[in-house]
Amino acid sequence: MSNDATGTAARPEWPLYEVFVRGKRGLNHVHVGSLHAPDDTMALHNARNLYTRRNEGVSIWVVPAEHITASSPDEKDPFFAPSGDKVYRHPTFYPIPEDVPHI
Amino acid sequence: MSTVTAQETPPGADLDFQAEFDAKVAADQRIEPRDWMPEAYRKTLVRQVSQHAHSEIIGMQPEGDWIASAPSLRRKAILLAKVQDEAGHGLYLYAAAETLGVDRTDLTERLIEGRQKYSSIFNYPSLTFADVGVIGWLVDGAAICNQVPLCRSSFGPYSRAMVRICKEESFHQRQGYELLMRMMEGTEGQRRMVQDAVDRWWWPSLMMFGPPDAESPNTRQSMAWRIKRDTNDDLRQKFVDMSVPQAEKLGVTLPDPALVWNEERGAHDFGEPDWVEFKQVVSGAGPKNAERVERRRAAHEKGAWVREAATAYARKQQSAEEATA
Repeated sequence: MSNDATGTAARPEWPLYEVFVRGKRGLNHVHVGSLHAPDDTMALHNARNLYTRRNEGVSIWVVPAEHITASSPDEKDPFFAPSGDKVYRHPTFYPIPEDVPHI
Repeated sequence: MSTVTAQETPPGADLDFQAEFDAKVAADQRIEPRDWMPEAYRKTLVRQVSQHAHSEIIGMQPEGDWIASAPSLRRKAILLAKVQDEAGHGLYLYAAAETLGVDRTDLTERLIEGRQKYSSIFNYPSLTFADVGVIGWLVDGAAICNQVPLCRSSFGPYSRAMVRICKEESFHQRQGYELLMRMMEGTEGQRRMVQDAVDRWWWPSLMMFGPPDAESPNTRQSMAWRIKRDTNDDLRQKFVDMSVPQAEKLGVTLPDPALVWNEERGAHDFGEPDWVEFKQVVSGAGPKNAERVERRRAAHEKGAWVREAATAYARKQQSAEEATA
């Protein structure tokens, strides 16, 4: 619940892990939440117990939160500006007569 | 964690940030942990989310009491799964609270030192196995009424935790109702047991929605912030209207002589819960307050060696890895 997250440090001895679950074959792993665990193996076991009690997943990734590098939270961040003004990257930029089929 | 710390607010920029925050909330967008938020909003959320988490954790106890004496393997397995879910719900919510810059260990300490509250409902005893059914039907039913609107709460991590929780609560309510249906098909003694449990849990369930709107000072601000989406009284009404036909179908009487259908309002009129009792239970004088908190403390303290052992093992593995590297 917090790779996009958190203020202060968690318990130093049990680091925070972010949990990603692949719901079924063919889908991406999706962030589902977070947990604390003493090590990677325990993090994986805890993630299974916490986030997949009802067959919610076929694969789990756990990642120490401190290893995640995030962009700034500001949506108007200049970081995203390069994609903002390139409308020609979208198919709707190109008017095509309606009677042209399959396009 | 340097990548995920909260934003520093430059002096004088508060007004811009406030306007941006207000606009997001007004547009029904979600506030995420690293967004600027008013300090009072953050504090309100820390209080609400951590009390909600504590309620889930303390809520394991009334039903946990019956795991060992469940009347069949089927009921035992169901109850185990349900109590495990409550633990899970607590953990989702502690994780959501931590995104606001608090530490779960601190929250647990606040709970066992009696500095933070949890839902008053869990301070009532579960006297018979029928209580397990009624807790599922009424207590979890009331929780669902409360929690479904919270899936649209303005704070992202809280609303996402609520989505997960609501998906699981439905099992909780249905297993309870099914248990009661089975008991109602049984002996006269079993039917009396169900009615007795309904009599004891009905009013505390209505109190779960909190004090009447007129006496709930935080409601208006929480609704303006869209942390809460409905008032206490609206949710209570909804719960009563949902429960009446369920009680009829089950064959039990809800213990409220004032409960009657009001054609004009298209809703049920009902009596007033005992708000004096409510205040007593919330402030710690309920039948089970001391025991619930004491047990939580004992579990936390008795589990310390497990946490220490796991930490020591992790450290050992790490130094072994470093030695071979």
